Amino acid sequence: MAGLELLSDQGYRVDGRRAGELRKIQARMGVFAQADGSAYIEQGNTKALAVVYGPHEIRGSRARALPDRALVNCQYSSATFSTGERKRRPHGDRKSCEMGLQLRQTFEAAVLTQLHPRSQIDIYVQVLQADGGTYAACVNAATLAVLDAGIPMRDFVCACSAGFVDGTALADLSHVEEAAGGPQLALALLPSSGQIALLEMDARLHEDQLEQVLEAATQAARDVHTLLDRVVRQHVQEASILLGD
Amino acid sequence: MAFVALSEAEKVYIVHGVQEDLRMDGRGCEDYRCVEVETDVVSNTSGSARVKLGHTDILVGVKAEMGTPKLEKPNEGYLEFFVDCSANATPEFEGRGGDDLGTEIANTLYRIFNNKSSVDLKSLCISPREHCWILYVDVLLLECGGNLFDAISIAVKAALFNTRIPRVRVLEDEEGLKDIELSDDPYDCIQLSVENVPCIVTLCKIGYRHVVDATLQEEACSLASLLVSVTSKGVVTCMRKVGKGSLDPESVFEMMETSKRVGKVLHTSLQSVLHKEESLGPKRQKVGFLG
Repeated sequence: MAGLELLSDQGYRVDGRRAGELRKIQARMGVFAQADGSAYIEQGNTKALAVVYGPHEIRGSRARALPDRALVNCQYSSATFSTGERKRRPHGDRKSCEMGLQLRQTFEAAVLTQLHPRSQIDIYVQVLQADGGTYAACVNAATLAVLDAGIPMRDFVCACSAGFVDGTALADLSHVEEAAGGPQLALALLPSSGQIALLEMDARLHEDQLEQVLEAATQAARDVHTLLDRVVRQHVQEASILLGD
Repeated sequence: MAFVALSEAEKVYIVHGVQEDLRMDGRGCEDYRCVEVETDVVSNTSGSARVKLGHTDILVGVKAEMGTPKLEKPNEGYLEFFVDCSANATPEFEGRGGDDLGTEIANTLYRIFNNKSSVDLKSLCISPREHCWILYVDVLLLECGGNLFDAISIAVKAALFNTRIPRVRVLEDEEGLKDIELSDDPYDCIQLSVENVPCIVTLCKIGYRHVVDATLQEEACSLASLLVSVTSKGVVTCMRKVGKGSLDPESVFEMMETSKRVGKVLHTSLQSVLHKEESLGPKRQKVGFLG
């Protein structure tokens, strides 16, 4: 069987996007009333919910409290019906634990944890539908949720994935492109300073081409930032109208 | 379940209010809160629904997978229930914290579907003893604001209504080898009849009276509640007492009557909403969590 053509000669991808083009992003902040902060994001067919509780007192063992900063606690879970084939467990498997750790690293780099010593911030993300780029969607949703909770951050954290096919870097991979098995790069960026909060690359890629892929991912993350910024501004505007002058 | 702290005075306020048939949000004792139902929200499932009842937020996804029928029922398919109490609802559900509640709800769902009339399981059979459809009904609890069971049963019913199972044909060649052929047309599918799928009506005993669709605050005031599953014709299929208090037999019968009355109205309005949504077809603007 001939392999699936991920990038046509005319430069179009399987779903009709250009190489550096993102999927449609729609987001909403303040989805739930009971949580301190919550957000929902759709990136193409990937849908994720994020909820933030805190900063609050350390739950469970006091020994976990950090004397100089807040503990960031993340849990990633993915609905059993989110993937093409049904999953047995929503969380607790290896992939979910790894995702949780990565999210924790990402947000420890962005949240101003030293402002809340000896306390805890919970970030829970839930993937409702997975169609590639789940890590990126989770980070973007979690950023909006942390902002909704009013927890001070250095900057937005904007994430995007990128891949490499036939000498061209592709931004924001879909499930089909991820499943093809080429190199994949996940990047979380603090856009205003250009600092990288998390960088991970799977599979083999020549060193010379890394820069090109990284550049594509960075540009895509900046595009995500523009969109998220618009969502936040709109949310704040709506909230301030509701509050009245 | 989400914790709510109430003082004695607040409790007295709620209990006295209920006795006067007036609740905190202005409802009467037999009124539901406004229920929002939307189907087909997760596109990679066979059927899905989201239900929002006050602050309670439920997402149900149904996936149809092929499997072998159970030995004792060789010509029937079956339903599998799983309830995930996600940490989104409350931090107490983090890790394995929500497993107990999840199992309890899943077992209740098994019980209310454990009769021949609720779903036509024979239609899920492809070839007896060999292949059948298994419907995995996965419930995701996103936020709990009281009355979980009712909201979940409404969501399950809506998701089953929305479920489309691809039509398959069994072809047999001369040597007796069977081959399963899937229809080429993606719209050629079977739809389950949800006419007899029951809904749960939970009645909370507060003081001398009982209320329908209790909020978290009202649940905190109630010692015991009765969970009754009712079909659209008003037939009771399952009943369970939950909570740490006790109920006297007279009030149980009283509560059953109420649940039949309330359940019928609930079914009628749910059916009309579901049919209205279906009639809009693919042109319907999906709201999901963005609205």
